[in-house]
Amino acid sequence: MHFQFANVLVFLAFGVVLVGLMMGLGSLLRPSNPQGRKLGTYECGELPTGNAWVNFNIRFYLIALVFVIFDVELAFVYPVTVVFRAWLERGQGLFALAEIGLFLGILFLGLVYVWVKRDLEWLRRVPANAASARGDR
Amino acid sequence: MSLINSMPEMALTTTVDDMLNWTRKSSVWYMIFGLACCAIEMMQAGGPRADLERFGSAPRATPRVSDLLIVSGTLTLKMALRTKVLYDQMPEPKYVISMGSCANCGGLFQLAYSVCDGVDRVIPVDVYVPGCPPRPEALTEGLIVLQKKISEERWLVRKDDQTVTA
Amino acid sequence: MDAAAIVRRIGERFADRIGDSDDTVSDPFVFVQPDAIREVCAYLKGDADLAFDVLSNLTGVDYPKAGAIQVVYHLYSYRHRHRIVLKVDANRDDPNVQSVCSVWRAANWLEREVFDLLGVTFQDHPDMRRLLMPEDWPGHPLRKDFVEPEEYHGIRTSRESLLK
Repeated sequence: MHFQFANVLVFLAFGVVLVGLMMGLGSLLRPSNPQGRKLGTYECGELPTGNAWVNFNIRFYLIALVFVIFDVELAFVYPVTVVFRAWLERGQGLFALAEIGLFLGILFLGLVYVWVKRDLEWLRRVPANAASARGDR
Repeated sequence: MSLINSMPEMALTTTVDDMLNWTRKSSVWYMIFGLACCAIEMMQAGGPRADLERFGSAPRATPRVSDLLIVSGTLTLKMALRTKVLYDQMPEPKYVISMGSCANCGGLFQLAYSVCDGVDRVIPVDVYVPGCPPRPEALTEGLIVLQKKISEERWLVRKDDQTVTA
Repeated sequence: MDAAAIVRRIGERFADRIGDSDDTVSDPFVFVQPDAIREVCAYLKGDADLAFDVLSNLTGVDYPKAGAIQVVYHLYSYRHRHRIVLKVDANRDDPNVQSVCSVWRAANWLEREVFDLLGVTFQDHPDMRRLLMPEDWPGHPLRKDFVEPEEYHGIRTSRESLLK
């Protein structure tokens, strides 16, 4: 069984050698001329001004959070579907269905909560008086 | 350590040079530097009828990935400074095609106060394509002349061993 | 309203602030004093019978012999479909005219162009800087006594003829 992993090793070695060969040959054959203006940042011909790092929009955090929760839920559902037929033949199909249904139901309540709290919208609209008190953002 | 210009002139090294030049000239990516009316003709040269992409020449928007700068249109003095910066930001080996009368010598607007009389005032030019504007076929001819120029370069072979002149 | 009626209407309100007018030419015009142009323009835009809601064009002409730089305003009304031209004579040694940016926002860039090419400064302009020429360009190109600089940042501005 260990012998079959030799295939993987050969492929790995091939990959490393091939890439190394191509990049090494390229570095031997190409001109290298690092100069002042060439090493600078490209800004359409103008001299670069300002910082290149910008702040991320905080709404991405919320989207990522909701995505991770439901993606993990989906990952949990997959093994159940794989073994469901075997459980069905043993007569415990209903029990399995109820268990996974309970899991999905609890997370569905979470989805309903996020939906009602309007966190699924990109621009979360707040009530009018609160917006005017805080100022437009 | 670089192998450039390090080998004597033998059948092997000149063949490798020819192969390298063949790969380089068949993939001349040009930076779209359309300034005025010649830009329309350059767009048509990249279009379906007179196709530049059949030469492997793809249009690029940034100097960082392009081999060729096609200066098409009138170069003003205000733009000439930026052109120099953009040319400096192109990696070697780089070439310049000056397209149209305005880029060759200032053209119709040579006497104007704001016009730079020819792009060779700021950057070195390899091929001049005359016309006002040059037809797409003329720009294609310019690219073919540039390809001939690229095929005569010497990369592995030492430069002073060159016995073939242009 | 035809041009003569428009000029009469302006004259009723600003009798001492306007000068000659001519309505026999294809673009009838009326001269306005440089320190009254904003008030006149605001009146022309606001009045219901005149309603000049569009500033079509704002340019300048250099008259060195008369010692003036003339700023020309082309106004048009979409509502009544009549047009008029206002002319302002600014002193050539220190040309300074009131800005009409508060009346028509289009005047912003148009006045920047007049400043760039002729050197006329506009009072209370929000952004008085060059528009077309580079920021460090010496002189104002459309003046009759403009001399082209020999070189700009090391680039020579003239080219010898190959035919000689």
